[in-house]
Amino acid sequence: MGKQRNQFSKIGLLAFTLLTLAACGATSETEDTGADDGGQVASTPPPATSSASNDSGQLTQEQIRAQNALRQTVFYFDFDVAEFKPEDRQTLTYHARDLAANPNKRVRLEGHADERGTREYNLALGERRANGILNYFIVNGASRSQVEVVSYGEERPAARGQNENSYSQNRRVEVVTR
Amino acid sequence: MRTLLTSALLVLVSLGARAELNIQITQGVDNPIPIAVVPFSWQGSGVLSEDVAQIVINDLEQVGEFRALSRSNMLSMPSEENQVFFRDWRVLAQDYLLVGKIDRAPGSQLVQVQYELFDINREMKLAGEILTGSVAQLRDIGHEISNVVFEQVTGIRGAFTTQILYIVSEDIAPGEQIFRLEKADYDGARAQVLLESREPIMSPSWSPDGQQVAYVSFETDLPRIYTQNIATGQRRQITNYPNINSSPVWSPDGSKLAMVLSKDGSPDIYVQDLTNNQLLRVTNHPQIDTEPSWTPDGNSLVFMSDRTGQPQIYQMELGAASYNVERLTYDCFQCMKAKFLPDGVNLVHVRRETRQSPNYQISILNVDTLRVITLTDTSLDESPSVAPNGSMIMYATKFAGRGVLDAVSIDGRVKFRLPSSRGDVREPAWSPYFN
Repeated sequence: MGKQRNQFSKIGLLAFTLLTLAACGATSETEDTGADDGGQVASTPPPATSSASNDSGQLTQEQIRAQNALRQTVFYFDFDVAEFKPEDRQTLTYHARDLAANPNKRVRLEGHADERGTREYNLALGERRANGILNYFIVNGASRSQVEVVSYGEERPAARGQNENSYSQNRRVEVVTR
Repeated sequence: MRTLLTSALLVLVSLGARAELNIQITQGVDNPIPIAVVPFSWQGSGVLSEDVAQIVINDLEQVGEFRALSRSNMLSMPSEENQVFFRDWRVLAQDYLLVGKIDRAPGSQLVQVQYELFDINREMKLAGEILTGSVAQLRDIGHEISNVVFEQVTGIRGAFTTQILYIVSEDIAPGEQIFRLEKADYDGARAQVLLESREPIMSPSWSPDGQQVAYVSFETDLPRIYTQNIATGQRRQITNYPNINSSPVWSPDGSKLAMVLSKDGSPDIYVQDLTNNQLLRVTNHPQIDTEPSWTPDGNSLVFMSDRTGQPQIYQMELGAASYNVERLTYDCFQCMKAKFLPDGVNLVHVRRETRQSPNYQISILNVDTLRVITLTDTSLDESPSVAPNGSMIMYATKFAGRGVLDAVSIDGRVKFRLPSSRGDVREPAWSPYFN
């Protein structure tokens, strides 16, 4: 009986996963297999970083936007949620395009969780969050070999308090350039 | 293979900078057993560094079953049987009497401790022997005597000579932390540093013979599993798989380590044979599977999975097909970090009852009757670890913003706390018996 229930919930979960994939392919939590560069899911346009500055040598609007985006290296998450926030999508796209345009660049995605829940689960949640961004980077042109993922779980909090203000600062992924 | 960043500072010796834990009893039973523990007489010169009778008193009172008679209320101070007048203790409503004396062992630097335990009501001697050791071992001798008293009176083997492992983290500068793996007596005394690092240390776990510890260290910048011989300090790196390597737990026969690896995508449960390094995959699910623990017979693993959306507890027989997983918890929003008591029926775990109540508490689920008892009433309780006699559970919680270790009896009646003088203390692991 228990067995049947489990099989059922597994099928349900699979269906749910597929739905989620269809709804927002870029933020799915499914793992990449490591070898490919995510080319098969390239539903987003190829990297469009404007390469040329204008005639006067000044930065284009687009370049300024890209530079500003790359300055944001910490991305925050809601409680018990592994997907990055929709408002960070554009900034993360710039990060991905920057990696695509600079094949020698390496980054490390450091995933973190708040202290609620057990330590081992939080270690896994931190990885899930970082993997969400990893997959988004790959879909947007970064190479798998450019990105390392490590989760610190709740072991390295950014803020110390036992309150939502601290917790919200601790649920994060940091993009660290190596 | 990536190059290793060796920013971790590793110290394998005991340091002065260890956390001192001092026990506080926070809740006792209503009708503790009255016992008189008379200060042990000392025949040698000078003053002994340890008060053996006081060590016994602290042990017995900590587990809450006993209340020791105040020394100032004693009518006599016997140190051996021929000085005992039962009447003196009966009028003070005592049930038991412990007396003892300490002498230099003839022709050596050692001391010998003679103790005798009496049942006041039956006017009879229950136990007595002479224990010999160095002055530095007086504390061990005291705990040994506590074991005898506890077992004589309650019928349950005492766990006063056991030890604990735990992790301490301390902020040393803004953004800089130091992490230590420490070992101490069960009551927090005689703390020793086993490992110190600038990178996190997690998940300490005893080998069943009490000689080794397994843990996760980020010293290479990535979480990897190590074992360490406690006596020699000799270490061995057990894993170097991509992604998460965590949650090492020894099988009851000591030959294998259950662990969590996310090398194939999401975290799954694996078992590594420590003799031939063969790796067996136990679970295979795209969601998170973690926190493995062995059933007492060593045939199955209990683990946590969020495959239905929130963490719940599951059990799986080793070698079974991966869909043959039995779910053990249904009635909680989140149930995590589970381990069976030696009876194989009662499951200690961390429970968050509902989404609305944000408290994480230590609970016991009887998997036969489905009855749940919640033992704690603080809000961030985690990492429960059971004493080898099954009588107490030590766990980590937060008190006044700091990580502390608390313990609660298996029936929830008795609680004590080991506050730390420095740093955040967490992840207690109660040792097995050493003999």
